[in-house]
Amino acid sequence: MKLGDIINDVSLDVKTCNVCLDSVITGAYVSDLLSDVMANAKDGNVWITLQTHLNIVAVASLKGVKGIIIVNSRRVDEAVLKKAEEEGVAIMVTPLSAFEVAGKVYQLLK
Amino acid sequence: MPLNIDGCIEGSYQLIGGNFATAGEASTCLKLKLTELGVAETIIRRASIATFEAEMNVIIYAAAGWLHYYITPHGIKIRIEDMGPGIEDIELAMQEGFSTAPEWVRELGWGAGMGLPNMKKNSDLFKIDTVVGEGTTVEMVINIP
Ligand SMILES: Nc1ncnc2c1ncn2[C@@H]1O[C@H](COP(=O)(O)OP(=O)(O)O)[C@@H](O)[C@H]1O
Ligand SMILES: [Mg+2]
Repeated sequence: MKLGDIINDVSLDVKTCNVCLDSVITGAYVSDLLSDVMANAKDGNVWITLQTHLNIVAVASLKGVKGIIIVNSRRVDEAVLKKAEEEGVAIMVTPLSAFEVAGKVYQLLK
Repeated sequence: MPLNIDGCIEGSYQLIGGNFATAGEASTCLKLKLTELGVAETIIRRASIATFEAEMNVIIYAAAGWLHYYITPHGIKIRIEDMGPGIEDIELAMQEGFSTAPEWVRELGWGAGMGLPNMKKNSDLFKIDTVVGEGTTVEMVINIP
């Protein structure tokens, strides 16, 4: 399944890196702890979080995560979006909670 | 792609304490360099994680520091030295979950106490030297098989 295939079910507003939507996703990792993501997210995972500050882009980029789903319609600063575009990371915002997003992505990938 | 490392390639980056906005830049530069050199993806990933965690610790805990890297056909050596408070009890600091990060740093999602364990896990050689009141030096080697 590709990142682009989950947009509708998870109500994603894609803010950056449209080409990232072509990348294959293998699963998702839900965490707001950046070191935990670096330790435990797997290649091809999409990352579900409420963190919105600049460091999430560096984590995703260094870890090889192509997409970050920001939950609860949290606002993402322009500087973060700019950085994400440069680094080739898709930032996608959803009104859903982390629980709902994880449940839906889980069903889609099953 | 064949490895394109001729002898030893080295470089340094300066790190400034408290500079969260540019955190990860040194690690990203090193990652780009390794990619250019044709180093395998899995090795680059390990080096990136280890370096980023070390970079973050300088930014969170120290006033300033340097990241030095040396790349040979056999491995990547990374040395991060900082002018900071040092670590009183290294054994305790190495325990997963131990953190003295202040509340505002935790709100950013750092301070899980997994940085040093992540560095150790992702390197083949891990050494830490620290003097309380002076600073900390972390040395890591990631082998290129
Ligand atoms: N460079 C450093 N200078 C001073 N103290 C450090 C440094 N690196 C780590 N520490 C201490 O070790 C603890 C554990 O570090 P780490 O495993 O990276 O977890 P975290 O950064 O999430 O707290 C830190 O909370 C801090 O007390
Ligand atoms: Mg740390």
